[in-house]
Amino acid sequence: MPPVHNLQELRRSASLATKVFIQRDYSDGTICQFQTKFPPELDSRIERQLFEETVKTLNGFYAEAEKIGGSSYLEGCLACATAYFIFLCMETHYEKVLKKISRYIQEQNEKIFAPRGLLLTDPVERGMRVIEISIYEDRCSSGSSSSGSSSGSGSSSGGGGGAGAR
Amino acid sequence: HKKKKIAARRKWEVFPGRNKFFCNGRIMMARQTGVFYLTLVLILVTSGLFFAFDCPYLAVKITPAIPAVAGILFFFVMGTLLRTSFSDPGVLPRATPDEAADLERQIDIANGTSSGGYRPPPRTKEVIINGQTVKLKYCFTCKIFRPPRASHCSLCDNCVERFDHHCPWVGNCVGKRNYRFFYMFILSLSFLTVFIFAFVITHVILRSQQTGFLNALKDSPASVLEAVVCFFSVWSIVGLSGFHTYLISSNQTTNEDIKGSWSNKRGKENYNPYSYGNIFTNCCVALCGPISPSLIDRRGYIQPDTPQPAAPSNGITMYGATQSQSDMCDQDQCIQSTKFVLQAAATPLLQSEPSLTSDELHLPGKPGLGTPCASLTLGPPTPPASMPNLAEATLADVMPRKDEHMGHQFLTPDEAPSPPRLLAAGSPLAHSRTMHVLGLASQDSLHEDSVRGLVKLSSV
Repeated sequence: MPPVHNLQELRRSASLATKVFIQRDYSDGTICQFQTKFPPELDSRIERQLFEETVKTLNGFYAEAEKIGGSSYLEGCLACATAYFIFLCMETHYEKVLKKISRYIQEQNEKIFAPRGLLLTDPVERGMRVIEISIYEDRCSSGSSSSGSSSGSGSSSGGGGGAGAR
Repeated sequence: HKKKKIAARRKWEVFPGRNKFFCNGRIMMARQTGVFYLTLVLILVTSGLFFAFDCPYLAVKITPAIPAVAGILFFFVMGTLLRTSFSDPGVLPRATPDEAADLERQIDIANGTSSGGYRPPPRTKEVIINGQTVKLKYCFTCKIFRPPRASHCSLCDNCVERFDHHCPWVGNCVGKRNYRFFYMFILSLSFLTVFIFAFVITHVILRSQQTGFLNALKDSPASVLEAVVCFFSVWSIVGLSGFHTYLISSNQTTNEDIKGSWSNKRGKENYNPYSYGNIFTNCCVALCGPISPSLIDRRGYIQPDTPQPAAPSNGITMYGATQSQSDMCDQDQCIQSTKFVLQAAATPLLQSEPSLTSDELHLPGKPGLGTPCASLTLGPPTPPASMPNLAEATLADVMPRKDEHMGHQFLTPDEAPSPPRLLAAGSPLAHSRTMHVLGLASQDSLHEDSVRGLVKLSSV
């Protein structure tokens, strides 16, 4: 199966060391909040404060999404009045906040986590249960890395021909 | 190498729970839907008879507002019924293999045992919510610690958030995401039942005044049928509405109430930690609070190498893909420098656009009356699981119909399928072509990130 074969070739370059899972914090009830406890595996990889700030911001976003107040009631009543037809054309407040969250996570990955060899996965991909942080191992020198990238590009654009280039 | 076009499959096709999907994943129901069809038929037939036989007389004799109000009520009943039945009740996706492994490792550490061949004793985690100690149970099927108020439905084989009960009459579980639709359904059905009953009686009485009672019955035989159906429905449905009104006002689920989890009296030890204190807030939150999106992404495309969630123990294995993946991970291959990782992160993370607006399907309905969850109010409360079994045993095969038939009948709202983010990333043509080679993917996979990172690197 050529596409999968390509994928596997490319995947060899990525060396995933381990994954850390930040679990949910249920002390406030069933609202979506994550624990801000600093996992020991990240001790050498990222500053505690940066990590906590990220998780706290995410918690803030989720709290905003699930906030019960005037606007959410209005949305709920309007939806009920239209027999929930309105969901076919309008995005709910929760969905809008989820989009904001995914943009934020991407931004965090670019600015803070990727330079440290880490990658955050959006909790919505994991059933809102965990924040998955993947820890990458940086093993090779830049010399072999450039050859790796060129062969990678070869195989990606050649559609399988690049497999032999390695 | 020939580029074989692999037909991209959608996630609902490999969904591990015991659910049925229609309309290419837009509609989601439980496996046993026979009783749901009965509900539909009862509602449609009774309302149809009412509109056909009683309304003409009543509209002329009394006021045309009667069929109008009945029409609105009927529309609401069908809308909420279909929304309850077709939407995702709040199913929790099963743990990915990495997650499950991590949890099991933690359990082993806590238990002090090495991972043996046998299943360790069920583990519970305790959390303190608003001062109340709540035990979170570990679900062996889904390989997760269930969030508070979640429960595993044995009929659908899913963990459902804020699990209320499995209702055979609507053919679905009732959980966090569709509880308000369910409540609106039984409430509007109560009104409709009472309405129809009242006006059928009025109709017969008015006719009797003109032509005598027996002649009145002969002139409109449908009224008799409607009156009978309504009479038996009223007690159960109105009772059920009352019961759920009580549950909503105290912010409990049927599950919790039946188990007697929380005591009602103030000042007692096991008070309900989820209640907001006053009835008004509890009601508002339950009915008008925010609706969380579906977490299972039924219509997303499966990526061939994505780690599939933990397989159920009945033999269906999806570990093939993950095994090869882990082999790749373990290979001592070079990783590019952090620049590559930066590039990987720089490309838009593939996140499945949760089909949020598209998974609630509203369909035009037909008249009728039903007795949803009637058995709940009859006699002492029975555990939710036993009811459907009873219903199943007696009514499961009442309406044998093909599932596909249902799908074809309905008008599906025009919606654009959520475009795989790869193509929508706005990347150069080579990039998108490469993505095609890699296959349509809509689930974030770390390895996919690295792949895209590499590709982006190549296009730099």
